[in-house]
Parts: sequence; C-alpha cells; structure tokens
Amino acid sequence: MPKAALLPGIGERGTVSRMRLCVDRLIRTSIVSLVVLAGAGTAVAQVIMPDPEASENWQKVKKGVFDGRAIVPASADMLELEAPIRAEDAAVVPIAIRTRIPQRSDRYVKKLYLVIDKNPSPVGAIFEFTPQAGIAEIETRVRIEEYTHVRAIAEFNDGKLYSATRYVKASGGCSAPAGKDLQEAMARLGKTRFRVEGDVKYGSPALAQLMVSHPNLSGLARDQVTHLYEPAYYVRRIDVTYAGKPVMTADVDFTISENPNLRFYFVPERDGELRAEIVDTKDKRFESLLRVTAGPASVRAAP
Amino acid sequence: MPLAVTEIASGVFVHSGLQEDVGPPNGGDIANIGFVVGERCVAVIDSGSTRRIGDALRARIRQATDKPVCYVINTHVHPDHIFGNAAFQADAPQFVGHANLPSAMAAKGPTYLNALGRILGPAAEGSTLVPPTTTVAAERRIDLGGRVLSLKAWPTAHTDNDLTVFDEASQTLWTGDLVFVERIPSVDGSLRGWVRVLPEIARTAAIQVVPGHGPVQRDWPRAIEPLARYLERVLTETRQAIRDQRTIQSAVDTVAREEAARWPLADEFHRRNVTAAFAELEWED
Repeated sequence: MPKAALLPGIGERGTVSRMRLCVDRLIRTSIVSLVVLAGAGTAVAQVIMPDPEASENWQKVKKGVFDGRAIVPASADMLELEAPIRAEDAAVVPIAIRTRIPQRSDRYVKKLYLVIDKNPSPVGAIFEFTPQAGIAEIETRVRIEEYTHVRAIAEFNDGKLYSATRYVKASGGCSAPAGKDLQEAMARLGKTRFRVEGDVKYGSPALAQLMVSHPNLSGLARDQVTHLYEPAYYVRRIDVTYAGKPVMTADVDFTISENPNLRFYFVPERDGELRAEIVDTKDKRFESLLRVTAGPASVRAAP
Repeated sequence: MPLAVTEIASGVFVHSGLQEDVGPPNGGDIANIGFVVGERCVAVIDSGSTRRIGDALRARIRQATDKPVCYVINTHVHPDHIFGNAAFQADAPQFVGHANLPSAMAAKGPTYLNALGRILGPAAEGSTLVPPTTTVAAERRIDLGGRVLSLKAWPTAHTDNDLTVFDEASQTLWTGDLVFVERIPSVDGSLRGWVRVLPEIARTAAIQVVPGHGPVQRDWPRAIEPLARYLERVLTETRQAIRDQRTIQSAVDTVAREEAARWPLADEFHRRNVTAAFAELEWED
C-alpha cells in the first residue's frame, strides 16, 4: 500500500494536488502544537520515557495501517533501529533500520515501515524490498518534530510483523526553516549522486548510497522572505532496480530530511546497471544510473 | 538593577556575559553586550537575551549619560543578542541589523521566543521580537555626534546575518558571534563561509576587540586563532569523513573530538556543528 493511502481522505491513486490539500490540512491542525513545542531541544529537561503502547497516534497507526494485526517486539539480532537518544539537529536525525536475516526467496523482509508517532505525518516512510536486496536495511536522515517514539516495523513475506522502538528527544525538525538558501537548493533540484561502497563481489550484498538534491519542503516552515508558508514539495517515491530487476522502493514524504540520502543493499549477480527513479510531489522525475562491475571500491566513479 | 559594565575605552562600555548555556540561574545573561556614547547620542550594541537584561542595560546607560539612545544595533539574530530590544522601544531609536536580519527574525524569532519562555519562565517576561527599522547590505557609517561607528555586513558565516561594529574613535571592533573566545562556537550559517570570512575580519586594524562571547581581546588578530583552528579542524575532518564514505552518524561520533574537548560547552554544541558541517559539505564538488 503506497503511503498516500495512509493519509486521511487520500486513495491509493491520490493526485499530487490532493496530497497537497491533505498536507495543508495537516499544517493547519498542527501549527498550534508545533509552536508550543518548538525549541525544546535547547532545554535541559529530564524526560521520562512514556509507555510506547500508550501513544494515541501509534494506536491509530496500528489499526489503520496494520489492521490491528499482532506486532511482536523483535530481538536485536533480528531487527534493530538505530537512532540517537537526543537529536543534535532535529531537521537532520540520522537513523538506521537493520535486519539481521538474509533475504531468501522463501523468507524475506518485504517492508520496513518507519513510524514517528508525534510527527505531523507519523508513517513517514515505507521501504519495500525484494530478495534481490540481499539484506533489508535502510539508513537515512529524518525530521523529528517533538519528543517521540520512533518505530521500525518489519513485515515479512508471510505477513508476520516485528517491531523495534526507540525514544528520541528532538524538537522543531519539521517546522525548521528550510536550508540557508532555497534559491540555491532549487537550482540544484534533482541532481543525484549514486555510489557503491566497498568491494563488489558478484552474488554478495553491496552497499549503495543514493543522494538526491531536493529541498523536501515540509510545508511547515515559513519562507524567510515572504513570511508565507512554503507549500509542501518533497520526494514521494524512489524505485531502485539492478539489471532491470526491482531491489527497493521507498514510499516517502517530508519526514525525510532536505537532500534525501538513502543507503541500502543490493545483490549484483553479474555486472549491470543500478538505477534509481525519483518522483516528487510535482511529478517531476529524476533518474540516477550507476554501472556496477566486480572489483575494489576505488575504481568506481560516482557521477 | 543596572547591569555591570566595564568602560574599556572612553565612552565604550561592555557587559561580559557568562560562559554558560541559557538557564534559570543566569537568566539568559550569556552574551557580551554594551553601548558606545557619542556627543549627541548613544548606540546600544546587542541587547541581551531578555527584556529584563535590556532594562538593566538601559538603567546602566542612564547612569553613564543622559544622552538619548539613537541606535540599537543587533549583530545577528540569535536570541541572546536581540530579545532585550523591547527595553529600548520607548526611546524610539533606529534598530539596525544586517539586510538578512528581518527575514531571519521572522523565520526563527517565534521559535526562539517560545524556547526562551520555556527555559527561563518569568525571567523572559516582556521579551518581544523587535525587528530592525533600518538595515545594512554592505557597509554603513552612523554618526553619534563626533563619533562614527562603521558597520559591516558579512557574507553567510556564523549566521546569514552577521554584522560587525567598529568604533573609529577608540579603534574598538565588536565582532558579534563571528568571534567566540573560550566558548565553543555554534555554526548556524556556513562553515565554509565562516572559514573564508575570518582572515578578512582579522585584517581590521583594531586596538581592542569585543567578541560575542568571552573576554575583551587586545592581542589582535591572534585572539582569533583558537576559533580558526576549531573551524578548520571540523571542516577538514568532516571532508575526510565524507571522502572515506563514512555516515553522518559516524562523523558526528568522531570528527574533531580532541579539538572539541578543549572548549567549554562542547557537549552542547559540537555534535550539532558536525551534523551541520556534514550536510553542508557532502554536496561539495
């Protein structure tokens, strides 16, 4: 199910303008609480981690997204969520969702959901993997609006669900002003950088990093010149294939920080082309290609 | 109660802020602020974290002179430098800032004001956002009567709205937060920009320098060296981390640890500086 379907009033094929409307509604309903909560990161507050199950938004997500199915807390050797206890910069919070089980065609992690309970859009990202990914794992950076539970939910191909939860202290990440220079960011819009890290061996998982230059506007930050709220404008989907076969699909929104950065695995069975297609909320499409052959990392150029 | 100040040159008064993070014990008194007295009127240079600090500064000005306050200059948008402005509104001075200050205040001001109330409680009462009435795009000289202050707007460095003030009579340079002394800097503009701007600031022929934080410096431009070293180290090591294909988290955990350890308040700001540096530098060609 694409992420759009999770947003109130938006169907699976919701248009961009409808999604925008929805985001606008989110903005209106969340302004008050955002203003109240902004800036907490500077306070030295003693916060007791609340009960993860008591979260109202989580109960809604459980029902709405997972149909109330059982979600089992995962052991660390199966699923791990890495996130800082205190976010240094709430607009750029590094997170990693790691699964420790090799992707086999008969048993694999089909989806990783990222849920940030108290963000304006709690289900910020859904990553879908094929066995071709080798390892279902994602590293990225997210915006976090206030002190919240962050959850990774792994859905296996048999439908079983596992979760890992962390509590993160952060504030103002979604409503933080966009980067220093929006004009500069727009001039670079859609530029990508793709690379593979470490040695590439055919048949073994290789780690790829995709960078996309995009302001990923949340719609919650004020334009520094006009003082109006910038409309939301963000990367909504990334499809990655290797040698024509799907590897990973990211269904995302402004939860992902400015200039989205994704790290994930794929298995090159032989030489081929790693390809990412990126689509944003104005339906602009960008493509990134990387030729992959076996060998040490240093010989591969990253355009 | 009037604020404690030191007259570091004839007619140049500086209050030294505490080298602490903002909190109830210090009431927000963490930045260097002050005023310069001319024959005709007085210019305030930064007004402190709160209305209360602004009031105390104003009370001290009234002890020093009965000349009117004709300018309140803000060296940049950060809350510890602007929220005392409200104390001077009744004097109807010109509020002066960098050309980017109005937009920076509009974007960040409400968030800052809110955090101020949350952190300081009653001590923040009466603090409001008072934007500039006139701005400086490049350079400008203002006359206090027989005494000229030359203002210079800098390209993005500590923030995107850094303004310095040079008192020609006493050869005193107020750097705002373009210079930190004995307190870890915070990068809220551009690390590369700051590294580029520092040598240029160092060329100002000043007899004494009032940094945004830390003691007044007379060994100029040597006083800038520790700051330059920190920024350079963060820049070099973050670039190396990116070249080594390390992740942002790994960079934050390791970059310039040794250098950061020399600085007071490193725990509060260093990791954030590296996060900002990484995001800024990873798109370099």
